[in-house]
Amino acid sequence: MLTLVYSTSSLPGRQSNLSLSLSRISLLRDLADQKFESHTLAYLTFVSYHRGNMHGRPRKAYKPEEEAASAAKAAKLRSLQNQFMSNHHAKIYTKEAIDLSTKLLEINPEAYTAWNYRKLAVEDTLSREESNQDLVKSVLDEELKVVESALRQNFKSYGAWHHRKWVLSKGHSSVGNELRLLDKFQTLDSRNFHAWNYRRFVVELTNRSKEDELKYTEDMISKDFSNYSAWHNRSVLLSSLLAKAEGFMPNEKIPDEYQLVHDAIFTDEDDQSGWFYHLWLLDQTVNVETPLLTSSWPSHAGCLNDSSSSKLTTSCSESGSFPLILYFNQAVGGVSSSSTVTIDTELKGNEDVVWEPVSKKNSHVSCVWVARLKYISSEPCFGKEYKVKVKIGNSPGIVSSRGCNFSASYEFVFTAHVHDTVEESSQEGIVSWTDGFDIWDAESKDLNALATLDRSNAQMDSKWRQEAIAEEIDLFRELPDSKIGKLTLARLLMAKAMISDDAVKGVHYNEILELYKDLMALDSSHYQYYKDVHSVALLRKVTSSTEDLSGHLFRCRNMNNSVCLRLNNLSLSRIASVEKLLFVQMLDLSHNELHSTEGLEGMQLLSCLNLSHNRIRSFSALDSLRHLKQLRVLDVSHNHIGEHSVDTTRYLCSSPLFNSEWTRDEVGRQMPTLVTKYWDAYFVLRDLNLKQLDITGNVIAGDVFSSFVLRVVPKLVWLDGKKLEI
Amino acid sequence: MKKKIASSIGLSAIDEEAVDERSLSTKPSKTGRLRSFSSIFFNPLQSRDSSSVFKADELFLFFLPAGGFAGNTGHDPHVLYTLSAVQILALFDKLDILDVGKVSSYVAGLQNEDGSFSGDMWGEVDTRFSYIAICCLSILKCLDKINVVKAVDYIVSCKNLDGGFGCTPGAESHAGQIFCCVGALAITGSLHHVDKDLLGWWLCERQVKSGGLNGRPEKLPDVCYSWWVLSSLIMIDRVHWIDKAKLVKFILDCQDLENGGISDRPDDAVDIFHTYFGVAGLSLLEYPGVKAIDPAYALPVDVINRILLTK
Repeated sequence: MLTLVYSTSSLPGRQSNLSLSLSRISLLRDLADQKFESHTLAYLTFVSYHRGNMHGRPRKAYKPEEEAASAAKAAKLRSLQNQFMSNHHAKIYTKEAIDLSTKLLEINPEAYTAWNYRKLAVEDTLSREESNQDLVKSVLDEELKVVESALRQNFKSYGAWHHRKWVLSKGHSSVGNELRLLDKFQTLDSRNFHAWNYRRFVVELTNRSKEDELKYTEDMISKDFSNYSAWHNRSVLLSSLLAKAEGFMPNEKIPDEYQLVHDAIFTDEDDQSGWFYHLWLLDQTVNVETPLLTSSWPSHAGCLNDSSSSKLTTSCSESGSFPLILYFNQAVGGVSSSSTVTIDTELKGNEDVVWEPVSKKNSHVSCVWVARLKYISSEPCFGKEYKVKVKIGNSPGIVSSRGCNFSASYEFVFTAHVHDTVEESSQEGIVSWTDGFDIWDAESKDLNALATLDRSNAQMDSKWRQEAIAEEIDLFRELPDSKIGKLTLARLLMAKAMISDDAVKGVHYNEILELYKDLMALDSSHYQYYKDVHSVALLRKVTSSTEDLSGHLFRCRNMNNSVCLRLNNLSLSRIASVEKLLFVQMLDLSHNELHSTEGLEGMQLLSCLNLSHNRIRSFSALDSLRHLKQLRVLDVSHNHIGEHSVDTTRYLCSSPLFNSEWTRDEVGRQMPTLVTKYWDAYFVLRDLNLKQLDITGNVIAGDVFSSFVLRVVPKLVWLDGKKLEI
Repeated sequence: MKKKIASSIGLSAIDEEAVDERSLSTKPSKTGRLRSFSSIFFNPLQSRDSSSVFKADELFLFFLPAGGFAGNTGHDPHVLYTLSAVQILALFDKLDILDVGKVSSYVAGLQNEDGSFSGDMWGEVDTRFSYIAICCLSILKCLDKINVVKAVDYIVSCKNLDGGFGCTPGAESHAGQIFCCVGALAITGSLHHVDKDLLGWWLCERQVKSGGLNGRPEKLPDVCYSWWVLSSLIMIDRVHWIDKAKLVKFILDCQDLENGGISDRPDDAVDIFHTYFGVAGLSLLEYPGVKAIDPAYALPVDVINRILLTK
């Protein structure tokens, strides 16, 4: 606080700039809830001397005598600080000098340099008097005392808490006292996170058992269930005990925990303290840590490019290869043809298939893994059919990001027919989303070969898990009018639907959709959250049975009978259930409320995508499309691109903002200004192989942008419905 | 005039023209409710010399031989003030006057074996310092001086079961701390480590009935969380989960309409911190007349684009 004095006196009139800096310093320092710590800025010093801390002060005019009193106080502090600084710089560690720093810290515990000075003073003493145990002890005791009185002044002083830790690390033996002191502090302010952090530090130092600490959280909760800090600490302790300790079996402990948190939620359903703990328990009940394979493409017994049965041309790209897709229920690493995945096929040249995670460059984990299987169309084997067998997990190595092994080995077999597809000029003509679509034959069994729509959920086999969910559902039906009651019920039913038979599934989904609709009305501030989860539930419903799904499926005659999924006009705000849609080649998502394509990266067969009339705000929101190597047609017309100053996908896309090795290509060198202006369009579009693009009806659209697009995507044939002159 | 006010409250580089006598005056303007910001910000300066144009040299009064900056002359260096210095210089496009090698070595030297960062030589460890180090080195284009993988791993080890982050492993989630961790992950391109839906729900539930945001469950709303919570929600693309109009109203309700400035809550006394957070929040909410601020670097978007996208 005091430091300002210098700048006030020596740099008159220049605080405007410094103050900016200081407001940023504050950004980083002021993490405590209620009180700002300290600062160096003259203006602030001035203000805070007058008015104390900066939270909860009433807005009022100050009387002249109050102003005078605080000016006097400031003057006193300034002189104290000046003396302290000269001691510090001269390395004077006499008793008088140390006492002076005590005084300073009593008034201002945020004077961080004074804490540093005291550490130097302690080290100075220790270096000279190390053998004098009594003296060492009294010096360290004195430090603890100073900290304690500083904490009384400001319980949230980072500097004071750290000083205490530092003293303890010097081998001071008073750790037993620390818990007693903490109990006192934590009774006064049971949510103080500094105190909780210090508690964990002391517990570790003293080897106090996790069970004892678990008991402590229970005591705190029973005193006042509205103590999020205690619930938090309980979740930390319990998850570590569940993972390691004997006698902490999830099937025994988790049902007990449900009981505990019910008391909180049912006592006051608007109090959030128990909400997140309950969600964590639900997650512990529904999800096992072991990663599982959710789906694959081709699916088991699938048939590729089988023209004889006139099913589908699940065609393959021009590059003489087709993708294999593995979709896991969580991000995993270690998928590799050299160890964890084996592929048996007569197709030549596939000895060293490379599996790649569909994720950002620097990430080695992903839910989706893709390999490309090669075929050579000029060989005599042309027209022949090939069986391909893929075995996963027969040796360990596929590991989740939390370190759990994929253990259930799995194998699937499919048949590939290699024959000439002769591009039928479809790529040169414009692709229309209105003409040439055949309705899917609902009776046909095609879908079964395309997708494993209903794989039984192995993770929910345990009886206790199913029972726990059933009990929770019954219980939360008793909170029909409250927000958390409805939301939790919807989440529970989602978990239940995953393990139910087809017949019941639909009923669950209908109830879930109703619950989310109610929530949109009941808690309109979070309308869009419920809207998003509503979309997820809707897509789960659509993909839950072949009957539901086939109503949305078509075949596009002009595109070799490509499989087209139409999910238009459903007011979807978010994409989900992609793992069940890996076979889709054309996707119509027009007239929805999507603001991002997150999730679509798994649909590796996609060649045409219609996103017109949605709420896409920037090209960075289309980043996931960069992973779709077969995408040729993209319609993003009538969206909101270029309309907003805030880009919510700026840090979720692969951008040069964190790619220091980014090097410019020719376009980048020739049009640096436009590349900087349209950087997100540049980075997304240059990685796509588009032939047809529609961008009309966006603020960004115009001659300048169009000519920029043509430079970035030289292979483009159709732009905004017009054929380009090449 | 709008532009000038926006810039004079720190959302854009203050150019010499903007910080001239005229923008310091309290003459009524036509910018409506935002009018008062500039006057409160510069009020304390008015009695003094008002021709305050940024002089980068002055910062060196706080620069120390070790390579770090102190909060003010005579104090010890700390990574907090080092980032502030770098941010200020970035804001004014004066990074070239910095001894980048020395400053970046000071910051990089604070990385510990486990990937975490200390705030200074005395070893306080906190994910705030991870953010600061990463942000600072990124602006200086020196991220290769630290072990980024380990730094990211440490931050991930501070992730909690509610999706949030604390200052050290096991520490409770807090919106300010979440900003630091999410910001550091954003800058290093590592947001895939964040459970966006879980964290997004926790963050959007920080909005209370009045429209304001709190920093932890069952705490009072406060204008400063307009920055911490909003910037985090934006970085993980979940900002649509709150009611923006209600939050704008809460921030504007915290203005002192007579004297300018923004306070923590309606009718409390204003201060410069909350004025900054309020204006930064309004920027993130796309309030008309306020320049865009980058949610990870807390600097204007054009400044960050100038530094990171050009050259």
